[in-house]
Amino acid sequence: MDNSKIINISGLVKQFPMGNNNFTALHNINLAFIKGEFCGVVGPSGSGKTTLLNIIGLLDNPTSGNADVLGHNANDLSVKEAAMIRRKHMGFIFQTFNLLPVYTVFENIEFPLLLLKMSKNERDKAVMDALEWVGLTDKVKSKPAQLSGGECQRVAIARAMVKRPDLVLADEPTANLDAENSHNILQTMEKLNRELQTTFLFATHDEKVIQYLRRKITLDDGTVAGDITTSK
Amino acid sequence: MIAIKLAIRNLLGAGLRTWLSVIVLSITFILILLIHGFLEGWNRQAMHDMKEWEIGGGQYWHTEYDPHDPFTLEDSHRDIPSLFMGQANKGNYCPVLISQATIYPQGRMRSIIMKGIDPDQELLELPTSLLKGDFEEIPVIIGTAMARATKLAKGDITTLRWRDVNGTFDAAEIVVAGIFKTNVPTVDASQIWMSIVTMQELVSMNNEGTLIVISPEITNPHPVPGWEFKDTDSLLSAIISTIKTKTIGSSFIYIVFLALGLLAVFDTQVLSIFRRQKEIGTYVALGMTRKQVVGIFTVEGAMHSILAVLLGALWGIPLLAWLSKTGFGMPLSADEFGLAMAERIYPAYGIGLIMITLLLIVITTTIVSYLPSRRISKMNPTEAIRGKIQ
Repeated sequence: MDNSKIINISGLVKQFPMGNNNFTALHNINLAFIKGEFCGVVGPSGSGKTTLLNIIGLLDNPTSGNADVLGHNANDLSVKEAAMIRRKHMGFIFQTFNLLPVYTVFENIEFPLLLLKMSKNERDKAVMDALEWVGLTDKVKSKPAQLSGGECQRVAIARAMVKRPDLVLADEPTANLDAENSHNILQTMEKLNRELQTTFLFATHDEKVIQYLRRKITLDDGTVAGDITTSK
Repeated sequence: MIAIKLAIRNLLGAGLRTWLSVIVLSITFILILLIHGFLEGWNRQAMHDMKEWEIGGGQYWHTEYDPHDPFTLEDSHRDIPSLFMGQANKGNYCPVLISQATIYPQGRMRSIIMKGIDPDQELLELPTSLLKGDFEEIPVIIGTAMARATKLAKGDITTLRWRDVNGTFDAAEIVVAGIFKTNVPTVDASQIWMSIVTMQELVSMNNEGTLIVISPEITNPHPVPGWEFKDTDSLLSAIISTIKTKTIGSSFIYIVFLALGLLAVFDTQVLSIFRRQKEIGTYVALGMTRKQVVGIFTVEGAMHSILAVLLGALWGIPLLAWLSKTGFGMPLSADEFGLAMAERIYPAYGIGLIMITLLLIVITTTIVSYLPSRRISKMNPTEAIRGKIQ
């Protein structure tokens, strides 16, 4: 694998059983992503964006073809090995935030660090840093139900970034946010991308997100219809 | 450790849903202790009373004697061995002669068991000293059940008819010298007690006995030809097996409660797994293995039992302690029930009972928590993250 490439996809096909037949969600996808990219897979609903993100996130396996993620072939990984890679090297941001409702903001952000068995002091410092990145130091003890949508998504970003992962996968991160909050969130993520050199990969069809992307991969009906890099 | 930490956070965060299950389980926990404590208390009381009133430290029986077959009484008597006789042995051995007889209280004929015992004995609680008074008639003592059944009162005189060793009928007047109250119906129902010497004369069985009660201080009873030694365990086997039967019967009550408690936990788990599938998907996305997620949910369910034990201890310990002091008033008296039973039974709770009950609750709760949690390992995380699993 080329050292700068953190994701290398070749001949990727993903099919789902549908009745007696198979539905092909992704056809022969060939893509590579390098460290520090701020890119997105764009396209209409049903084009296969989330499916591609799930495979890159090692939450799903390709039907055929290869997906090398962070130096590991997705086909060769056991469920446990995939979990370990996600735990150490990946962060996820979801459309519906997926915060743990009974935990406070602090505990939600601390969660990935608990899995990494970090010491309490290290955890406290990392969580406070992450809260500063997203500007939520005053909400440490709040529960998700007490936060606005924008604040919830900022907590989700902090949770994804707290362990300083190599790769952050964001599936429609602004779909539940208004325009102002969407811009705030994206500016935060862009800033973190520049400061920490974390690779961000979005799945989105939101124009607000698309305008921030430096690389846009267009998926149409499961095939790559375009791959444009812009300099920003 | 992380599973326990997360489980506690989730459990306490779930609020009322958690506490409803915990309350039902804590009631079950205390109920099991209460039922078993009651039966154990009854067991201890019954065994204590039977030893005090009837069996002492064991009995030598004439080899023909069978208390459940009155026809054996005719032949189950023989000379009392010298080992059991004499002033030196008075505190250690107490011979009893048993025979059938008939009394006629208020002119009604009633078959009874006539028992002869040394009025000076101190081995048993029977108030035999009452037999030593100066009476024109033959003094006897009877229990309250016998008194009620025959309508005899202290000082009443009635006719006693018996057959001697040769089968010859004879009769005499007896006087009720005393009425004793006992929790042991087998020394009361249909029985009269008189001096063994008097009885030996009546039935022409001089120096003979049917059984010999021994002192609990005699730890190693010798074999005696013609007599079969029965230890306390065999003499108490009837009450032990009855209480065991009661224990099994009463188990159904708490099994129902336990099932209700476990159903509540099972239901909570199933509902949790369905409602919290996004959370499950998130755990997996954040890098937990499915096994760890199953662990969190299982520990979460099992923690219900720990909280139930803590809650049960909070309200149950004062209740159980109070009941062990005040006891349960029994609606039936021993003579009506037919088994040794005191008017009040004081529950007894052993550490073994508490530990077994605790383990029972924790293990069963863990199992019913694990069963629905297994479903997590079959969940597709990509569907779970979006909460799309039906």
